[in-house]
Amino acid sequence: MKMHYGFPIIIGLVIFIGMLTAPFAVGTMTKVYKQPELKMPVGEKECIESKEFMREQHMQLLNDWRDWALRDGKRIYTNHAGKEFVISLQNTCMKCHNNKADFCDKCHTDAGVSPYCWDCHIQPEGLK
Amino acid sequence: MKNNRRTFIKLAGIAAAGLAVAPKALASSGGHSPVKANPKGLHATQWAMVIDTTKLHTEEEIAKLAEACHAIHNVPKIEGHKEVKWLWSDTYAHTFPEQENPHLAEEVHHRDFPLLCNHCENPPCVRVCPTKATYKRPDGIVAMDYHRCIGCRYCMAGCPYGSRSFNWGEPRKNLDLSKLNPEFPTRMRGVVEKCNFCVERLAVGKMPACVEASEGAMVFGDLNDPDSEVRQVLREKFTIRRKPTAGTEPCVYYVI
Repeated sequence: MKMHYGFPIIIGLVIFIGMLTAPFAVGTMTKVYKQPELKMPVGEKECIESKEFMREQHMQLLNDWRDWALRDGKRIYTNHAGKEFVISLQNTCMKCHNNKADFCDKCHTDAGVSPYCWDCHIQPEGLK
Repeated sequence: MKNNRRTFIKLAGIAAAGLAVAPKALASSGGHSPVKANPKGLHATQWAMVIDTTKLHTEEEIAKLAEACHAIHNVPKIEGHKEVKWLWSDTYAHTFPEQENPHLAEEVHHRDFPLLCNHCENPPCVRVCPTKATYKRPDGIVAMDYHRCIGCRYCMAGCPYGSRSFNWGEPRKNLDLSKLNPEFPTRMRGVVEKCNFCVERLAVGKMPACVEASEGAMVFGDLNDPDSEVRQVLREKFTIRRKPTAGTEPCVYYVI
């Protein structure tokens, strides 16, 4: 059976699929994803947990920290190596990572997330 | 093959017993309890405060305490009906409306009374909070988790003492940003805030800021400990509490 308007339909489909996949094609061909370069703390070599743990789970950890400190009144955290830290974003984390723009924001901007931590917590540079 | 069903039931029983034990065995095998309370912190089963209004009753004195409290907690200074306050002062009639008496000693009538969250034993604000953003801790402190507050203000309606303030605007706009206490966060727009009995100071073994600044006019301690300083004062002096008929059992006592 002959297809009515076969040619324009096929052409239209090709254009449609081409446009649909264009962002992927252009993106993968022209740009290679590069992980953001973070400025690490100068004085400290080790974070409270391993780099991998922090990379994957810092949000979960901060969430747990919040409940432990505020709700359970337990403000000392013992890490997997047995070292103790005071539970506080502002007074523990940000004392080492003393540059929000060069550490936190780098990945958050990259990943397109905007956590509202600093709506309340004061960033180490102070507020302007 | 005759025993099939019997063995099956036996095995199923063993498996069920194993399931009941397994989670505990797994949990204990970790052996890693990551958090504990600060050993230097102060602990109690019910924190309470006694305010001696014979020693502390002028507006200026109370303003000084409020200043100390508001400075360390980054409480914004806003005039008018959008004000945010953790510690403030008011007249006798407003403080103790149920104990009003037209022939009260002049001197008492002219006093100002320091007011703050009463950290009730039976807090109505906790009961009405739909998100559990405000809650009563095991040590009796009625605390707020600002992360969870959705700003519905049910707690403000529930509190008979007006101890809670709502952040109508961005609180940081009304703060001197160069004088912030970097150890304590600010709040954000759209949350309710209030006195927290200096929970963060108790956790490191310090007394609340107002108690420290009051030079002995305020006493703070464990209400359930018969030897505590608070109980000592309550035993010796006659004290009243705000709005007793509300049934909230406030933990702030006033020596009149």
